[in-house]
Amino acid sequence: MSLDPSVRDAVLAAIPSLRAFAISLCGNVDRADDLVQETLLRALANIDSFEPGSNMPAWLFTILRNLFRSEYRKRRREVEDADGSYAQSLKSQPEQGGHVEFQEFRTALAQLPPEQREALILVGASGFSYEEAAEICDCAVGTIKSRVNRARARLADMLSIESMEDFGPDVATRAILTGTTSR
Amino acid sequence: METTSRPSAASRSQGRLGRDVQSKIGNQLRAIYDDVVKEGVPDRFLDLLKRLDRKDEGGSQP
Repeated sequence: MSLDPSVRDAVLAAIPSLRAFAISLCGNVDRADDLVQETLLRALANIDSFEPGSNMPAWLFTILRNLFRSEYRKRRREVEDADGSYAQSLKSQPEQGGHVEFQEFRTALAQLPPEQREALILVGASGFSYEEAAEICDCAVGTIKSRVNRARARLADMLSIESMEDFGPDVATRAILTGTTSR
Repeated sequence: METTSRPSAASRSQGRLGRDVQSKIGNQLRAIYDDVVKEGVPDRFLDLLKRLDRKDEGGSQP
């Protein structure tokens, strides 16, 4: 195939975010990159079905998500504890990018139901609108909204975030603020 | 999804999460995500696109 340069550039521009999404789905960088590769092959083989000028990131995310889901279902049949092994793989993974302080957050994120996690990431990190996320996940906008809300509520609960202070880097300060003054 | 039975969970599920809580969750989420985004496009994908793009041109490029 010979790619239109503008299409190729749009694909290239989407790859970093596509990888970040894939890693958040798989919890494993190598598997995620394989998934991205598969997505690119699938996308370029079907590039004629991409409407020029439409939303390339959303198109690629949709393909990636569908590939992940079919693989996930297959694995689920093969391996009993798909969710558990995912959470485990995240826990055992050394922190990326040196953000040791995010380990607790990563672990909590890994414990969310997959639908809630992907909705939260699409809207909260990938920068898609609720409408775009609904299209990517093939569901109603209201469903995305409720998944995002539930995801946030569960994260807040798991991490016991009740106020800004709870996220302060200084544990001693946090103890003073939450332990002695506010209760 | 059922929430845990901590007392704070009840009050939280009744109302919306505060803005500061939402923004803190959002900040952590984006920080993790952006760590990956900042890595840019790994060579394997650059090579893949080059390879695919060249297929129909007879692979004349070295």
